[in-house]
Amino acid sequence: MDRLVFLVAAGLAHGAVLALFAQSLVIVWRANRVINFAQAALAVVAVYAALAVTAVSGSWWLGAFAGVVAGGLLGAAAERGPMRLVPTHTPLPGIIVAIGLVMILQAGLAIAFGPEYQPVPAPLSERPFVLAGIPVLSPYDLLVLVVAGLVMAALALGFTRTSLGLQLRAAAFAPETARLLGVRVSRMITLGWMLSLATAALAGLLLVPTELGLHPHALDGLFVQAFAVAVIGGLDSPAGALLAGLLVGVLVSLVSGYLVAAAAPLAVLALLTLVLLVRPGGLFSAAKERAA
Amino acid sequence: MNESFPLLEIDGVTVAFGGLTALEDVSFAVREGETVALIGPNGAGKTTLFNAVCGLVRPGRGTVRIAGAPAPSSATGLVRAGVSRTLQGLGLFDTMTVLENVLVPLSTTGGDTARAAATLARLGLTDVAGRAAGTLPYPERKRVALARALVTEPRLLLLDEPAGGLGADDIDALATTVGDLAGDGRGVLLVEHHVDFVMKVADRVVVLDFGRVIAAGTPDEVRGDPAVEAAYLGVGAA
Ligand SMILES: Nc1ncnc2c1ncn2[C@@H]1O[C@H](COP(=O)(O)OP(=O)(O)O)[C@@H](O)[C@H]1O
Ligand SMILES: [Mg+2]
Repeated sequence: MDRLVFLVAAGLAHGAVLALFAQSLVIVWRANRVINFAQAALAVVAVYAALAVTAVSGSWWLGAFAGVVAGGLLGAAAERGPMRLVPTHTPLPGIIVAIGLVMILQAGLAIAFGPEYQPVPAPLSERPFVLAGIPVLSPYDLLVLVVAGLVMAALALGFTRTSLGLQLRAAAFAPETARLLGVRVSRMITLGWMLSLATAALAGLLLVPTELGLHPHALDGLFVQAFAVAVIGGLDSPAGALLAGLLVGVLVSLVSGYLVAAAAPLAVLALLTLVLLVRPGGLFSAAKERAA
Repeated sequence: MNESFPLLEIDGVTVAFGGLTALEDVSFAVREGETVALIGPNGAGKTTLFNAVCGLVRPGRGTVRIAGAPAPSSATGLVRAGVSRTLQGLGLFDTMTVLENVLVPLSTTGGDTARAAATLARLGLTDVAGRAAGTLPYPERKRVALARALVTEPRLLLLDEPAGGLGADDIDALATTVGDLAGDGRGVLLVEHHVDFVMKVADRVVVLDFGRVIAAGTPDEVRGDPAVEAAYLGVGAA
């Protein structure tokens, strides 16, 4: 029982990070109908930037802020640069360009910073609180849950309750119609990528202290799991990304804890396959999101 | 015909797609408070003319002027110049609510969001304001599309087949709405196959056939024109 409580709590904290990263994939999907396979590589560059700022300033928080800003700028650069040049009538060119971008970014990081894991300290203690003899969440886990929750809530409100969010959704749903109504569609798509990569960078920042450290491939595993989360939740559904993120986080934690860590990816794959067989649009998909 | 201010002036517009001349030397105007219907068989060039006004196709010859100035080439410029267009395919944001659909054009112009509620009320959509647009029956979706075009209070409205697919009662209500628009001093240019509706709402009718204006005048003048009967009315509405 103690073990179960601990594993579920740890799974929720990891799930929050998964949900956040999946959210970032959903934002780009809604803006452009593409899966950005370079999401992790771009986000990891932002995490390196964050760590550099933390090293210079001595403040984790300042570094985190810089990392999120760097994520946004990288999102704009990726969308205005390579992604805009890619033909979009079929998905393949976008995927190939993204993979090329991944190779360039990860090789560049390895050349600049070395291929070793750099330990990243957490800003708060990672020692779990003990409640009635059961170790549960650490202060850092709580920070992760609160930050991820607040950011997802802010994104949800931003998309549904603000004029800018309305334009982002209109541009994503039907770009031609939105343009006729005066929406600056191309600007909105760039903004969507900025939001997406800022979110992904934040998820990466929250993840690295709990893992081996920072490395050019440090977020690859996060991308794979978050991609599964986004598909399980329904690529169009921000709420689906949240719920599926928590679900997969707990699943991974339970399988790692009760079986072996190596079985966790298989469990995620099994869940993904099951969902695709039963509900191909994802667990929480609504009707079709886009007219054309 | 009146001498009020011309909101839209089409002058000698020619559009060619490769070897095909979709519009040839087309000229007419839409003035304040005037409703002009553009009719003609399929392929006559009606949609191309709308596209030329909206800057989606560029005329090889001729000019389009809006409120006395050359037509803006960007969609945002057009919206700011007071031009709204409805689409034949409606083009609603299906997963957004009715209210959100109507708020989109206001969000781009910084218009007063209170207008959205007023426009929905005017078109009898208040009760469905919170529903996803895609879930409504066709006549209501059609009114949402109209509301979305009206909410910015445009001076010039381009309506692509506003009566298409509607029943008699809805067409009557639409005719009243369009009549009110002209009463407010707005200009309306509409493409429509529904002859009775055209005869009821239009002050003037421009008939296109193979990209040329073959007749123009009041509904009664046009109805009696033998060339029009041969080209269009006699063949029946498509
Ligand atoms: N983008 C285009 N490229 C080539 N031909 C076109 C294009 N748009 C319209 N046409 C042609 O121009 C003519 C007029 O079309 P259109 O304006 O759509 O007619 P209508 O709306 O009156 O039915 C048709 O012969 C059509 O095939
Ligand atoms: Mg047409």
